[in-house]
Amino acid sequence: VTDVTNAQSYDAEPQLGDYYALMKPRVMQLVVFTAVVGMLAAPVSVNPVVGFASILFLAIGAGASGALNMWWDADIDAVMKRTVNRPIPAGKVTAQSAMYLGVALSGLAVMMLSLSANLLAGFMLAFTIFFYVVPYTMWLKRSTPQNIVIGGAAGAFPPVIGWVIATGDFALAPWLMFALIFMWTPPHFWALALFMRNDYDDAKIPMLTVTHGRRVTRNHILAYTVLLAVLAVGTAFSAIGGWVYLVTAVVLNALFLKGAYAIWQRDEEICEVDDFAAERKFFRLSLWYLFAHFVAILIEAGLKPFGLGGW
Amino acid sequence: MALRQEHEIHTRRKNLNIGVGVMLGSFVLLVIFLTFAKITSAGFSIPASKANGDGEQLSTGASN
Repeated sequence: VTDVTNAQSYDAEPQLGDYYALMKPRVMQLVVFTAVVGMLAAPVSVNPVVGFASILFLAIGAGASGALNMWWDADIDAVMKRTVNRPIPAGKVTAQSAMYLGVALSGLAVMMLSLSANLLAGFMLAFTIFFYVVPYTMWLKRSTPQNIVIGGAAGAFPPVIGWVIATGDFALAPWLMFALIFMWTPPHFWALALFMRNDYDDAKIPMLTVTHGRRVTRNHILAYTVLLAVLAVGTAFSAIGGWVYLVTAVVLNALFLKGAYAIWQRDEEICEVDDFAAERKFFRLSLWYLFAHFVAILIEAGLKPFGLGGW
Repeated sequence: MALRQEHEIHTRRKNLNIGVGVMLGSFVLLVIFLTFAKITSAGFSIPASKANGDGEQLSTGASN
């Protein structure tokens, strides 16, 4: 798995920024954002210092799992355009350093989250790191075209952990946020796979586009988007929903469905002509889609103290 | 000539070492603030066996 690093020379001293890049900062941003929404949407208020520290430790845990992912995937990162500049394939950090950093920070994050919030939150973070690194990264990513669906589950845990930080317990609402990210991930990544087509082929990752073809991938994007729309709009009538969320969900899901339908109608010839314009547009929209839904949940939570949020 | 000549590796890793130092310092401060927030919260109480030795629970009474 780490052969790629042996061919690299490590003349340049690794800088702090290289270690930070190992932690997948953009994924950490998404983790922090969704976890904060999960925490603030909970019906229990959290001491600001405890909340800040808990979210920080959660982010460190997410970053640690990113470093472990980069350690294990260094060989495939080296052949994909999208990932070739990551610290290990770029020769800035050794794979072994990434592994040590990932293991050390995972332990620190789980222990500190258990102390700052509660044991259940710590346990959930430990499970999330394990789920992302072992079943997803080490096993299913390279063995099944449903890899994205399974990987999506790992990325969907942060709002649930955010809720548990506040309440110390589970409820239906955080699992609706989990389901939202879980159902959103496959169409988001399959759209990316459609226009980054050579990357996954070169790395021999069994993406749906590679194993079942591009037509099947387009069908899957549409099917998941329909299910996602039902779930996203339905969430408006739960404890975390309200008018603001309902309007947001209706508008964005209409746009998302329109985009998925456009992708479904297209074939490769049309895509070659406009360089996958519809797929790229759908991918960009997917980023706004998730952001807007969670902002709407946050607004509903923020309005509740004034008697305005919810139903 | 300096009594102890600085090794080349210290110069090379200066930024990294300063960065790690700042992070460790921030971590210590965070733990202090976290401890303060925990022991001044309404739900905090010292475990009975450690409070006064005869099994009676003592509350810090921060909010009482």
